[in-house]
Amino acid sequence: MENKTNCVEIVRKQKQTGKWILISVVLLWFFVLIIFPLIGIVMETFKNAISVITSSLSSTASTHAFWLTILITFVAVIINTIFGTIMAIVFAKQNFKGKLFLESLIDLPFAVSPIVAGFMFVILFGPGGWIGSWFYSMNIKIIYALPGMIIATLFVTLPFVAKEIIPVLREFGIEQDEAALILGASQWQIFWKVTLPSIRWGLAYGVTLTIARSIGEFGAVLVVSGSIINKTQTATLRIHDQFTDLNYAGAFSAALILALISFIILNLIQYAQKRKERI
Amino acid sequence: MSGIMVKNITKKFGDFVAVNNVSFDVREGELAALLGPSGSGKSTLLRVIAGLENPDMGQIFLTGKDVTPLRTQKRNVGFVFQHYALFKHMTVEKNIAFGLEIQKKDKKEIKQKVEELIDLVKLNGYNKHYPSQLSGGQRQRVALARALATEPKVLLLDEPFGSLDAKVRKNLAQWIRDLHSRVNVTSVFVTHDQNEAIEISDKIIVINRGKVEQIGNATDVYEHPKSKFVASFVGNVNVINANIKKNYIVITGTKEKIQFKEKTGINFQNIVLLIRPEDIIIKDNSTEDTVPCIINGIYYRGSFYEVDLKVGTNNVKSLVPKENFFKFEWQKGEKVYVRFRKFKIFEASEGHKKVHEMLKQLGYIE
Repeated sequence: MENKTNCVEIVRKQKQTGKWILISVVLLWFFVLIIFPLIGIVMETFKNAISVITSSLSSTASTHAFWLTILITFVAVIINTIFGTIMAIVFAKQNFKGKLFLESLIDLPFAVSPIVAGFMFVILFGPGGWIGSWFYSMNIKIIYALPGMIIATLFVTLPFVAKEIIPVLREFGIEQDEAALILGASQWQIFWKVTLPSIRWGLAYGVTLTIARSIGEFGAVLVVSGSIINKTQTATLRIHDQFTDLNYAGAFSAALILALISFIILNLIQYAQKRKERI
Repeated sequence: MSGIMVKNITKKFGDFVAVNNVSFDVREGELAALLGPSGSGKSTLLRVIAGLENPDMGQIFLTGKDVTPLRTQKRNVGFVFQHYALFKHMTVEKNIAFGLEIQKKDKKEIKQKVEELIDLVKLNGYNKHYPSQLSGGQRQRVALARALATEPKVLLLDEPFGSLDAKVRKNLAQWIRDLHSRVNVTSVFVTHDQNEAIEISDKIIVINRGKVEQIGNATDVYEHPKSKFVASFVGNVNVINANIKKNYIVITGTKEKIQFKEKTGINFQNIVLLIRPEDIIIKDNSTEDTVPCIINGIYYRGSFYEVDLKVGTNNVKSLVPKENFFKFEWQKGEKVYVRFRKFKIFEASEGHKKVHEMLKQLGYIE
């Protein structure tokens, strides 16, 4: 009898130990990868006094870089939200030949390295490229200019909205649409009154992911922009530039701002995710 | 004519013919059942009437008007989906008001109509509830109220009780019957449940493999089935294999004969007798219209007994009222005699026209 309880006790203790080992591993992982670097950024910034931060942040190059990032993010989010929603509706509700193949292509931006994607666009839209040369003759610059940077950002953020909505729409099915149709609603009314409200949290999740990725994008934008100060330099490119120039204070202060933005977005993502699961 | 008229409708999905040249009509104010097994094309037919599917051939008339070229939105039909298809992100009252809001009705008018309907489907107090907070039966009633809100000329219900449990289903079926007599809108509902069809419809349209097998009221379809399919699908039925020899029906595996009333002088192999369980009468002694058999099993079923019998090589079931059973106290394994009070003869493989005609003249089939 006593033996038995002993055994149970030992098993229980072993289980407890296992649990704590697991938790410590996770915590350690978190600290090494996330918390320490974050603290490092903050410490480094504050060490160099606030005046340095404000001066480095208020330099025209930095301000320009932040505004450029905001502009590109804004345009990319608008275009990809509309296009992603249309794409999702087409893939979830329509049937046509080659649908499976096209749908598998949505994942391509995840699979291709952003730098490779950037090169792809340089080849295509550069002055010698077969689309770029036409624009060039019209005196429109795409590569090393804003349009190229927007195209590159659109490419890397293409999957987010569509990928989030497609499963929601599939699960949603077609019956509610048909019910609305029978009650006299037009396709346009069905979209606004039935479809959109039921995908809104999935859409919100996709949009926040798109924002986060647009702000953070580095590789593809670096290749197509050329990172020209005060012209085609985004916030991430600015950080990289200052870092390679050994201007750590400037790099860290800009990085801190981006880290803060990411943190806020992360919370928004989690909120949207929770709401999405609720419906 | 008002009501619904379905004329020569054919609907194909690729090579598969889901609905094959179907015609029928439903009079104004009638409640009709489209009865058939799953995959028989009954739901497709309902969707064609609503305009959710386009027919390959044929026409649909609603209240005398050809609506075949009209889009769903313009047909003014009410439709209740099998899985309710309520708008999940809207409250009960918003769901019911949807059709009226699309029609841009006056706000006050909408509010009043919604209240009326909530009252009609007995969901008072549930105005602000979301579909996910309701039970299956309540959701079905919301779906019904939503369909009735726009005062449709025709109400179509697709397996309206299909996803409800037995008790709720029975109550709701009866309730719909009552509601129909109050609202009196021409209605068609799809079902695979023959009891449901018999209980609540004025008219039953039996569908099999995309074709109409029989149209009639419950009594017609149950008592005078026009095909082997209808006899076996509507209600329970025993199938006994037999042959016709001169003036007798000889049951396969026995030497037992049943004499025809009139002399026919024909021979025919491979026919089936279809007999309802309540038409097999068990007797203690032999008379000239009985056939001997063995009792294989006796099961208590509440208001009656179910008795398994072996007639020749055929296993059949008989339903015996309790008081008859108590009178004789039959035992398993006992030899008894049965009389077939009423039966139908069909060819074992349907579609043999010649014999069909002959048997028809004899009055054994219709």
